[in-house]
Amino acid sequence: MKTIKPFLRVVLLLCGIAMFVSLKFPAWKILLEAPQYPEGLKMEIWSNKIGGDIDKINGLNHYIGMALIKEENFPEFKIMPYLIIAMGVLGLLVAATGKRWMLWIFAGYQVLCGVWGVYDFWHWEYEYGHNLDPHAAIKIEGMAYQPPLFGWKQLLNFLAGSFPDVGGWLIIGASVIVILVLAYEQFFRKK
Amino acid sequence: MKTLSLKSIGIFASCIAAAGIISSCKPKKVDSALSGDAASKVYVAPGKYDEVYLFTSGGFSGQVGVYGIPSGRMLKQVPVFSMDAETGWGYSEETKPMLMTSHGFVPWDDSHHPQLSRTEGQDDGRWLFINANNTPRIARLDLGVFKTREIIELPNTGGNHASPFTTQNTEYVVGASRFSVPYDKQGDEAIAEYKDKFKGTISFIKVDKETGRMNLNFQLLVPGVDYDLARAGKAVSDGWVFFSCYNSEKAHSLLEVNASQRDKDFIMAVNWKKAEEYLAAGKGQKWAANYAHNIYDEATHTATTTMEKEVTVLDVKDLPGVCYFIPCPKSPHGCDVDPTGEYICASGKLAAVIPVYSFSKMIKAIEAKDFEGDYDGVPVIKYEAALDGEVERPGLGPLHTEFDANGNAYTSFFVSSEIVKWNVKTKQVIDRIPTYYSIGHLCVPMGDNITPSGKYVIALNKITKDRYLPTGPELTQSAQLYSIEGEKMQLLLDFPTIGEPHYAQACPAEIVRKHEVKFYKLENNNHAAVVKNEKDAKVVRTGNDVHVYATAIRSHFTPDNIEGVKVGDNVYFHITNLEQDWDVPHGFSIKGANNSELLILPGETSTLKWTPDRAGVFPMYCTDFCSALHQEMQGYIRVSPAGINPALKYSTGEEAVSAK
Repeated sequence: MKTIKPFLRVVLLLCGIAMFVSLKFPAWKILLEAPQYPEGLKMEIWSNKIGGDIDKINGLNHYIGMALIKEENFPEFKIMPYLIIAMGVLGLLVAATGKRWMLWIFAGYQVLCGVWGVYDFWHWEYEYGHNLDPHAAIKIEGMAYQPPLFGWKQLLNFLAGSFPDVGGWLIIGASVIVILVLAYEQFFRKK
Repeated sequence: MKTLSLKSIGIFASCIAAAGIISSCKPKKVDSALSGDAASKVYVAPGKYDEVYLFTSGGFSGQVGVYGIPSGRMLKQVPVFSMDAETGWGYSEETKPMLMTSHGFVPWDDSHHPQLSRTEGQDDGRWLFINANNTPRIARLDLGVFKTREIIELPNTGGNHASPFTTQNTEYVVGASRFSVPYDKQGDEAIAEYKDKFKGTISFIKVDKETGRMNLNFQLLVPGVDYDLARAGKAVSDGWVFFSCYNSEKAHSLLEVNASQRDKDFIMAVNWKKAEEYLAAGKGQKWAANYAHNIYDEATHTATTTMEKEVTVLDVKDLPGVCYFIPCPKSPHGCDVDPTGEYICASGKLAAVIPVYSFSKMIKAIEAKDFEGDYDGVPVIKYEAALDGEVERPGLGPLHTEFDANGNAYTSFFVSSEIVKWNVKTKQVIDRIPTYYSIGHLCVPMGDNITPSGKYVIALNKITKDRYLPTGPELTQSAQLYSIEGEKMQLLLDFPTIGEPHYAQACPAEIVRKHEVKFYKLENNNHAAVVKNEKDAKVVRTGNDVHVYATAIRSHFTPDNIEGVKVGDNVYFHITNLEQDWDVPHGFSIKGANNSELLILPGETSTLKWTPDRAGVFPMYCTDFCSALHQEMQGYIRVSPAGINPALKYSTGEEAVSAK
């Protein structure tokens, strides 16, 4: 069985490195805009923590009875950095060995992590958006406050947006390249 | 191979681009750009007058701001509840009594709601009333002179917030307790006893038709909830006052949560004519009280404090027909009566609808006893029985509504930071426009009259943020002017204000200017220490007190050289401004004074107390630039050490005269 083309091994090496680099940046961002917040509010989701204007956002959320967003409530933060490090290590191994079966594992692992990540994020948003304190000051019949998974959505007076941040784009970009490389190596490369 | 990998990079790049496009698909904000003719609509040429007077509450400055509309130019700050060193308000001997209360001298307050006096439901431009929220009081300003002329303290009141709304002919201004408190056992009760022991009160302050003098006619003892805002009925509903109430949960701690639990709080409808009947029939109880009533007499230019000792209290639970509750969604704030007097619009600040009640349906419900029960002995009318209709999904956090002359209502929305225009009859939303930021009250000129004169709506904002050049952590407060002449509202102007402009009232300038006073007539000055002629100026010692009876005229004081004062003396400078012309005030200041300057208007007499703490020669001078020789308007007072007996001498430009 042939090894992966040297040029593509360099590409995979860079993808692996991108995984490590992504840890240094927030992975996802939730943006909030309202007339009285013309500058907008931003919540950053890192692999291991929450950042941005989280105190201001918690302050606003309490009116509608949303639970306090705090790091202790996210066991994910204990696992996620290792999942990403594992991705990076896999990338380096694939690049070093050039074995195609390893590339399969690398890509498969990324897809699994991706699916789990999307589900986990959606589940988290659903919980926060629906699990509201019945004693909240503002209660509006039939209203839930689940932020969008991706894109913009109006929630009362706030326009909420949900998008990948730098770290997220690095992981998504690297994953797409890895899959493209796999597709090329497996199906298009001249035998 | 190379081409393929390039292709794949190309595919990847287009994926990224696609994601970028999706993320830029953002809903557009309401267009808030100024249209081209806004500048011409607010431009008042130099030397020309604005068409409308706007009176804003100074909020935590305790004062009243006066602005010209449409230019938004500030014309004056009228000192009311807070000392004002610029004018000597609360510092001069004549004005100190104005800030006296049963708690002694209170130099500050929090003023919220200006209310113009009215005749037949229309602003008459005579007086402006404003409440003090903290140490409960109501002030009356005379709009002939733009000065505070009377302040009455309200006994048995915790936080005078729902105040001082006037009845149709200014028969009464009202005061209502924002904070209920206990009245048994001299008020010494456990806070946990709130539900049983705490009560609210509504004060009805009678206003004399001719003089404007206020007098606390009676108080209603009402259930212990928080009374927030009020409006008197007019036309068909004349004789009633409507109050919004929150905290029907009767919470006494963490109200932001505990007072937001019930789906409905109340509007309280009070039939004050019925209450007057009970009062006349002797149904009131006399309660011992102690409250200050401060009156500034324009003839003597002097304020006096009278401590009133009694108040008549009517307990509404024993007096059927005076008070009714109507359920109202979620912590109502505004409670506004439309120009016809038939519709009462309540704004639940946490509610998703604006209920509009019908006065005639309310009366029918009362007659039919269509009650759902009672609350602390006050009948609760069924919501549906009094309801005319609801404005559906108008916005978030409705606070306050005013009206135009065409059957439209304008409601402010704090949370969604906008003004929403809707039709009172159809309850349909017609237009909405953003405010910058988080509007509280709004004001349409004469917007609570039987015939509003609405060309404008003024937004009184709670947050300023990035609208002006920044001034450190503390920013200016602000208001905004919108045109309501067309079907759609139009933003015309932002303008800064003093204090927090909680609420404002506005009326056409000509209505106010009818009462205009240009200066005080010297011949009418009955001040105890007035000097109407320079020849009569003198200095008199009585024990440790030295009284200087002086005059000021361009550009000298008489006397301007004084000797014979000792360290530790109390020196009273009684200064009369002899000018009899518009816009010639004189100021007076002296080195080391522990109070302020005096600003003495033409024909007025003011007194500054000064206690010299050391020997020496002290300069005194005029502070308000009065003439080309203003800088020469100065004098000296010699202070000798204590323990000797220097002769008292005084003079102006001639040989000193020795005091008798």
